[in-house]
Amino acid sequence: MTRPTRRTLLSASATAALAVPVTSGKAATIAGVLPWAPNAVTPPEAVTPGGWRYFTPEEAEAIDAIVARLIPADDLGPGAKEAGCTVFIDRQLAGPYGGHDTLYMEGPFPADPLPQQGVQSQVTPRQHYRAGLAALAAYCKATFAGKGFAALDTEAQDKLLAGLESNAVKLPGADGRAFFAAVLGNTMEGFFADPVHGGNRDLAGWKLIGFPGARYDYRDVIAKPNQAYALPPVGLQGRPDWRNKP
Amino acid sequence: MTRRLPRKDVVVVGLGWTGSIVALELARAGLSVVAIERGPWRDTATDFNIGTAPDELRYAVRNDAFLPPKVETLTARNNISQRALPMRRWGSFLPGHGVGGAGIHWNGQTWRFLPDDFRLRSKIVERYGEAFLPADSTIQDWGVTYSELEPHYDRFEHVLGISGKAGNIGGKLQDGGNPFEGARSREFPTEPMAPSHAQNLFAKAAAERGLHPFPRPSANLSTAYTNTYGCKMAPCTYCGFCERFGCANYSKASPQTCVLPVLVREPNFEARTECEVTKVNLAPDGKQATGVTYVDAAGEEFEQPADLVIVCAYAIFNVRLLLLSGIGKPYDPQRNEGVVGRNYAYQCGAGATGFFEDTKFNPFAGAGSNATAADDYNSDNFDHGPHGFVGGASMSCGHSNGRPILYHPTPPGTPAWGSKWKRAVRDTYQRVAGVGAQGSVMSYRGNYLDLDPTYKDPLGRPLMRMTFDFQDNERKLSAWMALRCEEVAKAMGAKQVLTGKLTGPWSTVPYQTTHNTGGAVMGSDPKTSVLNRYLQSWDVPNVFVMGASAFPQNAGYNPTGTVGALTYWALEAIIGKYLKSPGALVPA
Repeated sequence: MTRPTRRTLLSASATAALAVPVTSGKAATIAGVLPWAPNAVTPPEAVTPGGWRYFTPEEAEAIDAIVARLIPADDLGPGAKEAGCTVFIDRQLAGPYGGHDTLYMEGPFPADPLPQQGVQSQVTPRQHYRAGLAALAAYCKATFAGKGFAALDTEAQDKLLAGLESNAVKLPGADGRAFFAAVLGNTMEGFFADPVHGGNRDLAGWKLIGFPGARYDYRDVIAKPNQAYALPPVGLQGRPDWRNKP
Repeated sequence: MTRRLPRKDVVVVGLGWTGSIVALELARAGLSVVAIERGPWRDTATDFNIGTAPDELRYAVRNDAFLPPKVETLTARNNISQRALPMRRWGSFLPGHGVGGAGIHWNGQTWRFLPDDFRLRSKIVERYGEAFLPADSTIQDWGVTYSELEPHYDRFEHVLGISGKAGNIGGKLQDGGNPFEGARSREFPTEPMAPSHAQNLFAKAAAERGLHPFPRPSANLSTAYTNTYGCKMAPCTYCGFCERFGCANYSKASPQTCVLPVLVREPNFEARTECEVTKVNLAPDGKQATGVTYVDAAGEEFEQPADLVIVCAYAIFNVRLLLLSGIGKPYDPQRNEGVVGRNYAYQCGAGATGFFEDTKFNPFAGAGSNATAADDYNSDNFDHGPHGFVGGASMSCGHSNGRPILYHPTPPGTPAWGSKWKRAVRDTYQRVAGVGAQGSVMSYRGNYLDLDPTYKDPLGRPLMRMTFDFQDNERKLSAWMALRCEEVAKAMGAKQVLTGKLTGPWSTVPYQTTHNTGGAVMGSDPKTSVLNRYLQSWDVPNVFVMGASAFPQNAGYNPTGTVGALTYWALEAIIGKYLKSPGALVPA
C-alpha cells in the first residue's frame, strides 16, 4: 500500500478548489472541504392559485364538486374545495407526480399482476384523471338527463360517490372504484399538505385537527405531557395573518 | 471507451454509514481512498434546510430523498411459482439515495442485538432441541460473538452520541435500563430523551404487568454532544420530521453530522458522486479484485484500479453487485447450493392501536426513536416451548410524528369521507397511542435474492429479484405479539383497542420496514456464507462487504447498531491484520 505523496496531496487540494455542490445530474469530485455554498437550498416550487395547469375548466369544475363532498365545508370549518384541493391536484398532475416521472416504467406490463405486486400499469395519474373524469361525465350525462356531476344536488352526488367507492356504480370504460380512491387520496394529501403546494389554504386542514405544522421545536410540549398546545399552526411560508400585517 | 484512472489503495462503493466510516478509518490508516457514490452529495444546510425540510408531501409521500425507482428497483414475488414484477413505486421499504444513504432518513433506533442472537441456531438447539427449528429454515450462527462485538458497538454508539440508559454495565444490572441486554463496558454517551405522555402511560402499564420498560436507544440526541471524531451535534427538538427526512437541526446522527465533516479533510480521500459502480473487476483467475468499473452521470465509463474493494451499498444492492461481478457462487434454492442471495430476511410487525378518552398525546411532538420499550418478549428472553415459534420482538410505545397526511386516525367504523369523517378525524387526532412490536424474521430455503431474467436497469443490467414471504413461524410470532401489545394498550387505559398482525402474503405495497437483511451473509463455513467472520469474501479476499446483507437472519431490532458494530469489527481486522499480510483472514 502506498502512503499519500506530496503530489497526491497537491492534486487533492487542487480538486477542492474546483469542487462545487452538484445535485443536478452531474458527476462531481469532492475532496478537501465540504462542498457547501450559502443559500444553496432546494425549495419546492410555491403554488400560486389561478388558472389550471392540467385540468380543463370542465374537469376542474367536476373535481371541485367531488372534493367538496369528500371533505365538506360545515360547522367545523372549510372543506377541501375552500382549502384549494382542486388547485393542489391540478398542480400535482402537471408536475413529476402526474407523469410517474421517478417511477420504474420499463415493460413488460402484464395484464394480471397480483395485488401484492402494487402498481403495474402504464397509465399515469394524468391519464387516469382524464379518463376517469370523462367516464364520470358520460355516466352522469346518460343517467341524469344530460347533467354533469357538478350540477347534481349534493344528495345525488354523495350517492354516486358512495356507489363508486363500493363498486356498485360502474363507469363506462373505466374503473370507478380506482378513480374514486385516487381522488380521495389526493384530496387528503391536499387538505393536509403544507400550503406551499396549493392546498390546505389558510391552514384549514391543520386547524381542524390541531397540527401545528412546520414549527420544528416542541421541546416545550414534551416537557408538559398531556397539556393542550395553544399556538396556531405555521407553514413553510408562515401564516396568512403574518402577510396581512403591515 | 473506458478510461482507466490512476490506481488507489482502496475503492469504497457507496458513501452511507458504512462507506463513510470505512473511508475515514482507512484514510487515517494512511491509505489513498476513493468513495464512489451513485447519488448526489447531500448537505444539511442545502438539502435538509430548516426552511424546506418539514414538508411531509415532498419527502414522506412523494419520496424526494429516496432512490428513484427509475434509477434502480427490484422485482418481487412471494415464491418461485409466481412471476416476479418490478416494484415500480417503493412501498414495503424505502432505500436511500446519495451521500449519507439511508443514514439520512432513518429514525435513529440504535440497538445492540442480544448475545443469544449471534449464536441463535446453537441456542435453539441447546434449549429446545433440533426439532424445534422451523421447517425449511436456514438459521445459522454468525461466526462472531456479542463479547467480540461489544467494543465496536461502544465505538459506533460514541460516534453517533446515542441517548439511552444502560441496563447492564460489566454484568451489573442498572435500574431503568434494559435488564436483558448484553453487558456494556460503560453508560450511553448521552442521557435518554424526554418521554411523552403516551410513553409514561406505557412505562407504568408495562411495569404493572411485570415487564421491564426502558428508554429506547436513540440517535436523536437528548442533548448537545461532541463525538469521538470531534463533530458537534445539537439537542433534538422533537420536531416530528425524522424518518423519511433529513434532520435540519444536526440532532439526528447521520454520516452528515458524525463523519463527513472530518472525512473530507483527510488529504488522501476523495468522493466521486453521481457515479455508479457497475462491476467489481476480477483478475483472470477470479481470485483477486483489480478495482471497479463505474459510469458517471454523463454516461462515461471509467475503470478505477484498487488493491482493496469495500462494498458499502444498501444491503440488497450489495448482493446485486456481487452477483453482477461473479463474486461467490449464486444461491440455487432448488438444489440448496450456493451462497450469494441465500438467507434473505426481513422484519415482521404486530401492534395494538389504543383509542383513549380525554387525552392530549400531542403526537406531532416526537422523534424517530423517542419511545419506551420492553424486551421481555424478544429473542430467547422467554420460554418458547409452549408457543411453537422461535425468535421474538421488541415492544415499544411512542409517537415518532403526527404528520397529518399519513397520520389522521379515526375509530373503526368511521366513513372514509364526508362530514362524519371530518368530525371523527378532528375528535381523534389527540386520542390515539399505539403499542408496537418489531419482530425477528428467520431465514428459509425459499426466501432469497437473485438476478431477474426479464427486467433491466437503465444501463441494461438485470434487476435484483426478491423471492420472499413470511413463513408460519413469523405468523405465529406476530399473532402472539399482537396479543401482548393489546394487553399493555388496555392496561394503559385505552377504551378501544385494535390489533394488527401479519395477514395474507407479504405485499410490496404498504410501508413495513427498510430492514432488508441477508443475501451476503457472514459465517464460519464457506458452503453457507459469502463472507468470513471479518466480512471478507471467502472467494475474493481483497473484497469486503459491509452492511446488513451480512446478517444470517434478522433479530427483533432495527439493524443499524449492529451494522455499525460489524463495520468497526471488520475495520479492526483489515487494519490490524489484513494490511500487514494481505490475504484470507480465515482459511477456507
